[in-house]
Amino acid sequence: MREKIKKSVLETLNSLRRSMLALLSVMLLIAFIINAIPKDYYAKIFTNNNLIDSIIGAVIGSISAGNPINSYVIGGELLNNGVGLTAVTAFILSWVTVGIVQLPAESLMLGRKFALYRNGISFVTAIIISILTVLILNLF
Amino acid sequence: MKNLFKKMSGSLKLFILIVFIYAIFGIFNQPLIMKSLHTFIKLLKEVIPILVIVFSLMFLTNMLITSKKISDSLSRKLGIKGYFLAIALGILSAGPIYMWYPLLSDLKEKGLNNSLITIFLYNRAVKIPLIPMMIYYFGFNYVFILGCLMIIFSVINGLIVEKLLLTQKI
Repeated sequence: MREKIKKSVLETLNSLRRSMLALLSVMLLIAFIINAIPKDYYAKIFTNNNLIDSIIGAVIGSISAGNPINSYVIGGELLNNGVGLTAVTAFILSWVTVGIVQLPAESLMLGRKFALYRNGISFVTAIIISILTVLILNLF
Repeated sequence: MKNLFKKMSGSLKLFILIVFIYAIFGIFNQPLIMKSLHTFIKLLKEVIPILVIVFSLMFLTNMLITSKKISDSLSRKLGIKGYFLAIALGILSAGPIYMWYPLLSDLKEKGLNNSLITIFLYNRAVKIPLIPMMIYYFGFNYVFILGCLMIIFSVINGLIVEKLLLTQKI
C-alpha cells in the first residue's frame, strides 16, 4: 500500500511539473487578451447580416478568453445594440467551447491533432447550434 | 543556441513566447502589461483551489485506476453510459477548462478514448451556476433550447473527433 501511495504521489508530481508551465502560460495569455481587447470593441465589427454575423460572432468568441459571465454581459449589450440573436449565440457559445488561447496548452497535453479537430469542430458547431437555437426559439 | 531551443519542451517554448510578448508590449504600453499582470494574479488566486482539487483527483486516479480499468470500463463496457457519465462530469466540473487538461492527459495515457474527452470538455460549457444569469439576459426558453442542443452536439462532436483521429491512424 505504501509503495502504491509513493508511486501515485510521484506520478502526480510528475504531471504537475509537466503541466504547470503550460497552465501558467495560458493564464498569462488570457490575462493579456482580457486587457488588450476593450469590451466596446466587439459591437463595432458586426454587419447586420445574420449568417456573416454568426461567423463573425464565432470568430470573436473563439479568440476571446475569460469568465463566461463576461460573454453574457457583452452578448446582452450586443443584443441591445441591434446585433442578431444568432450572432450573439455563436459568440457566447464559441467563447466557452472554442479556445484559441488555450490551444497551445491543449495541444501539448492532449495532442495537436486532437486539439485542432476538437476546436475546429466546436467552431462549426457553434454556428450550427446558434442557427438551430434561433429557429427552434421562433417556433414557440 | 538553435540546438538549445530545439531541446526545450513545448511548454517552455510557449512560456518563453508569452514572456516575449509581455516584454515587447511592456516597452510600448506599460499600463497594459501592469493591468494584465494584475489580472493574471487574480486568475491565479481563483484557480489555485481548483488546481488542488484536480491534482487530488489525479492522485486518486493514479492510486485506484489502472490503464486496463479505464479502457475496459469507460471505452467499451460502459458504452452509452460512458457518454452520459462524460456529460454529467463535464457539466458538474468547475473551474477553467485548461485546469482539467493534466487530468485528462493522464487518463488519456491510461486509455480513455478521445470521444469521451471531447464530450467532457464540450459539456464544461454548460455551467449550472451561471444559468440564472443567462436566463436574466436571454430568457428561460433560449437557455433551455441552447442547453439541450449543446448536450446533443457534444456527443456528435465526440464521435466526429474520434472518427477523424482513427481515420488518421489507419
